[in-house]
This record gives sequence, structure tokens and C-alpha cells, in this order.
Amino acid sequence: MADTTTAIQDNAKALGTMPGSHKVGFAILFGFLLLAPFLGFYPVFVMKIMCFALFACAFNLLLGYGGLLSFGHAAFFGGAAYISAHSAKVWGVSPEVSVLLGTATGALLGLIIGFFAIRRAGIYMTMITLAFAQMVFFFALQAPFTGGEDGIQAIARRPLLGMFDIASDFRFYFFVLAVFVIGMALIYRIIHSPFGQVMKAIRENEPRSISLGYQVSRYKLALFTMSAAIAGMAGATKALVFQLASLTDVHWSMSGEVVLMALLGGVGTIFGPVLGAAIIVAMQNYFASLGAWVTILQGLIFVLGVLLFREGIIGVLGRWLKKSL
Amino acid sequence: MFELLGIPPQALFGQLLLGLINGSFYAILSLGLAVIFGLLNIINFAHGALYMMGAFVAWMLLHYLGLNYWWALILAPVIVGGIGIVIERTMLHRLYKLDHLYGLLLTFGLALIFQGLLRNTYGISGMPYSIPPQLSGGQNLGFMFLPNYRAWVVVASLTVCLGTWYMIEKTRLGAYLRAATENPVLVGAFGLNVPLMITLTYGFGVALAAFAGVLAAPIYSLNPNMGADLIIVVFAVVVIGGMGSIMGAIVTGFGLGLVEGLTKVFYPEAASVVIFVIMAIVLLIKPAGLFGRAV
Repeated sequence: MADTTTAIQDNAKALGTMPGSHKVGFAILFGFLLLAPFLGFYPVFVMKIMCFALFACAFNLLLGYGGLLSFGHAAFFGGAAYISAHSAKVWGVSPEVSVLLGTATGALLGLIIGFFAIRRAGIYMTMITLAFAQMVFFFALQAPFTGGEDGIQAIARRPLLGMFDIASDFRFYFFVLAVFVIGMALIYRIIHSPFGQVMKAIRENEPRSISLGYQVSRYKLALFTMSAAIAGMAGATKALVFQLASLTDVHWSMSGEVVLMALLGGVGTIFGPVLGAAIIVAMQNYFASLGAWVTILQGLIFVLGVLLFREGIIGVLGRWLKKSL
Repeated sequence: MFELLGIPPQALFGQLLLGLINGSFYAILSLGLAVIFGLLNIINFAHGALYMMGAFVAWMLLHYLGLNYWWALILAPVIVGGIGIVIERTMLHRLYKLDHLYGLLLTFGLALIFQGLLRNTYGISGMPYSIPPQLSGGQNLGFMFLPNYRAWVVVASLTVCLGTWYMIEKTRLGAYLRAATENPVLVGAFGLNVPLMITLTYGFGVALAAFAGVLAAPIYSLNPNMGADLIIVVFAVVVIGGMGSIMGAIVTGFGLGLVEGLTKVFYPEAASVVIFVIMAIVLLIKPAGLFGRAV
């Protein structure tokens, strides 16, 4: 689905050093995030953006670099949020362990759902991911430990590594920033690894990749699992930020939201999903009082995005600047 | 009275009837999806929302214009089908040359817009729509009580499904349609107006969804989200049946409704996920779907 010229540029530069545009982009992004709490930005708001940005980047890893559209990423995000919340609240583990457990949950769910989903291609795969995610939703609705409609609430933020107090929003911010940086670095590394190059080849021409001897379905499953794991990482962190894991996190509308974030920012770009997530989260925050209008607005962005704006904001920007972003 | 595995027959047949009714909706909706997919290569994510619109249009016809259920049964599909034609002409037809996924994303956005608009106006509490007086009451069959309206839903949807099947498989118009599904360029070269066929097909598929919505209105209370949860199950039905065959969609729809009903009797906790489990098994054994052609 991605723009071929950027794909070619990516391929040329992928195995070499990081292109200058990426260096500048990461410097601006991480520099801003490092300073944001001192510049008067509300920490919880920026933490929320970081969680959803990581979620959207994980989703984009699958769609933008593997050409696989999942409509079930809420299962990984929300499933991980529940495990992270449960482990922090009931087992009393420290935040980094919660996030790791959440990541493992995402990976496991991704492995299972991916195993079934990649048996069909294209549009069927999308429907299968949606159906399985709905199964996870029903499980979350009925399982005793998830708290049904209430979710898991009032999760304590325990000390980091069992030693350092990070309970305040200000301190927790830097924990979330660290998770975000690690997650982004992982995604960047996967995209620009030999594995990532094979995935791009599969996306561009699957029969040819098969004829070259690649075990295409294994590659797809591996990418699906990685994407799900990082989505889980984002969901686990989100549960700790809001001290809440609820049915909203596993609902299909969450899967739709992450698609929207990637589409708006630019599918197949490094920074697009981050920007898309920031815009959608900001929109939800500032327009929260408008109720259903937020849904209508999201629908309009979908429609206009598909009809007029398929490259997304960063995609268009990258084309103007003739740079890979 | 006899008992089956400790289940009273009233409960068993009651759930089977409910399953059959759900199956009717699965069948009509997956039929519409299959017809649309065949010609447009688009998975219509808005199908659930248009089913919901059918129910709401029936409600609006009754409350604003005083037109009863029988009028709604004809007018709602026409109105919603008209909306579908506008959608196809203004938006979908721009996407045919692109990846199929864009059609899915566009129709998902449309579904959000429809749901949001109706939620704004009518809230999410659910609104009743009463059963038409001709169909109130029911029959006592001895082993169970059969409400007339529910029997009517099953009969009406079976008729519509089989009628659609007949039209597509046995008539000249259907032959054009099947030919255009196979090779639109060649059919166009024979002088048939393929773009018009595509537009009308989308309108027809959408009208089917709206018809199901009107049938559903007196059974379930009207709610802007009523289509969203249904469409996910219908997607699973489509994956199980495969979209290659019209009869396949009908049989799978009714069959899975019955299976769901039976599960409610024997193992209620699994009723909401049984179709997804069947989907997983079918994917393991026959990935192309029960009636599907290998893709």
C-alpha cells in the first residue's frame, strides 16, 4: 500500500546508516518529549499520546511494512492492558515487570491469532482478525478477573525495580518516555533489518518472494507477532498511566481508532503514526464534550483520508521534501 | 412431554427458533456482502450500519409520516438502497482501481458517520417498534409456543434469500451479473453497461441489509449500535462460508444461526463465541471456506 518511491528509497538506505531525515525527526520528537513536562504540557495527556503513538507505530509495522491490515489490534492492546493491570494490582509486581508481562501477552495473542489469520490473504485476513478480537472482547466481558463493565480500577504505580518511587505523574512520565523510546527503537530496528527487507519484498510481490525460497507465511507470522507484542507493550503502559484497564481497550472501536491514526499520519512512514495518534488523542480530549460528534468526525477523517489523502500527512510532507520520513 | 438430555422442549425449540431468526439475519447480510464483493471487490463494512438504518427508517416512517410496518418493509429498502447508490456513485467508484483494503476503510468510516449521526439524535437507550397487529399473537404447537411474527421473519427472509438466489443463478439478468463478476471488461465489450450494473448491485445489496433491518426492528429494540456487533459475526459467517457461492452464503447463515441457538441451550457461556470457534476450525481444515473457491 505504501508509495513505491519511498519504498525504493527505504530499500537503498535501509541497511546502511540512518538517513539524515530520520535523525532530525527523532531528534525533534525525543527532544520535545524530554522537555514537554517542563514546558507546561500536562504529563498525563502527553503520556496518553505516547502510548497511542507506540500502538499506532506497532500497527503500522504490520500494515505499512508487511501490507497486512489487521482490524483486531485492540485485542493485543487491551489484552495486555488487563494483564498489566492485574499483575500490578493483584500480584504487586513493579511497573517494568507489568509492561514486560503485557508485551508477552500481546506476543502470545498475536502468535495465536496470527496463526489463523495469515491462512487467508487480503480482505479475508482483516475479517478474521476482527472476529478473533471480538472473541477476546467477549472473554474480557465474562472472565472473572477483568471486572466486567467496571474493568480493573485504581491500579497502584509501584516503585520501579522495587526501589525507585515513580508514583507521581511527573516521575511516571519519564518511565513512559523510556518505554516509548525502547518501543520505537525496536520498530525502527525491525524495519531496517534484513528481516524487514524480506517483509517489504513479500509486500511488493508475494509470489516472487515464494519463488525466491522465502517461507512467506513464517515471515508474516513473525511480523504479526512482533506487531502484536509492541501493541501489547503500549497497552500495558497505558493501563499503568490511567491506572485503569477496561472494555474500551479491547473493543473493536479501538482497533478502528488505531487504523485511523496510522492512515491520518501516513501508513508506511516512520513518524506518521506518531503524528496521527497525537491528532486523534488531542481531538478526543478537546472535543470530549461533543459526544457522538467525535465519532462522526473520525468517520469523516476516514472517508476523506481514503478518498483524497491516502498518503497521510507525513506521507505528503515526505513527498514535498523528497525525504523519507 | 419428552425431554432431551434434561432440557425441556420449550427451551430447546425456543432457542432453536431464536437461532433460526438470527440465522435469517446472518443469511441476508452475508448474501448482500457476497453479492457486493463479487462485483465490486469491496467488503462493505457499512453493511451493519445500513441494516441499522433500515430499522431506523422504518421507525421514522411510522413516527413522522404515519406509514405502517408493511409500507416500511417496501420503502425502507428503497430509501436505504438509494443512499447506497449515492455512496457508490460519489465515493466507492473512485476506489475500484486501488487495493481492496481502501474500500473496507472507506465503508468503515461511513459506518462510524451513520452510527454517530443517529446516536446524536436518538441516543443509545434503544427504542421500541411494535409488532404489526396482523402478526401479533402466536400458535401453540403443543411442544412449543410459536409467535406469529417470528415465524414470519423466518419465512420472509427465506423467501428473499431464495428469490435472490433464483435471480442470480437462473435468470438472464443474473447471468449478466455473474459474467460481469468473472470478467467485467469482456462483458462491457459486449455492450452491457457494467458501471450501471455495479451501481445497482451495490444498491441492491444495501437494500437487502435494510430489509433485514426492518424485519429486526420489532424483535430487537432500535439502537444505533445494533448493526456494529452483528456485522462482526457476519464477517465470521462469510469467512466460514466463503464468498464464492450465493447458496453457500444462505446455507451457512441459517446453519450457523441454528448452531448458535443450540449452544445457548447446552453451553450458554460459549454462545457468543461459538461462531468464532467454528471459524477457527474451518480455517484449519478448509481455509478457503466451506463453499469458497481457493484464493
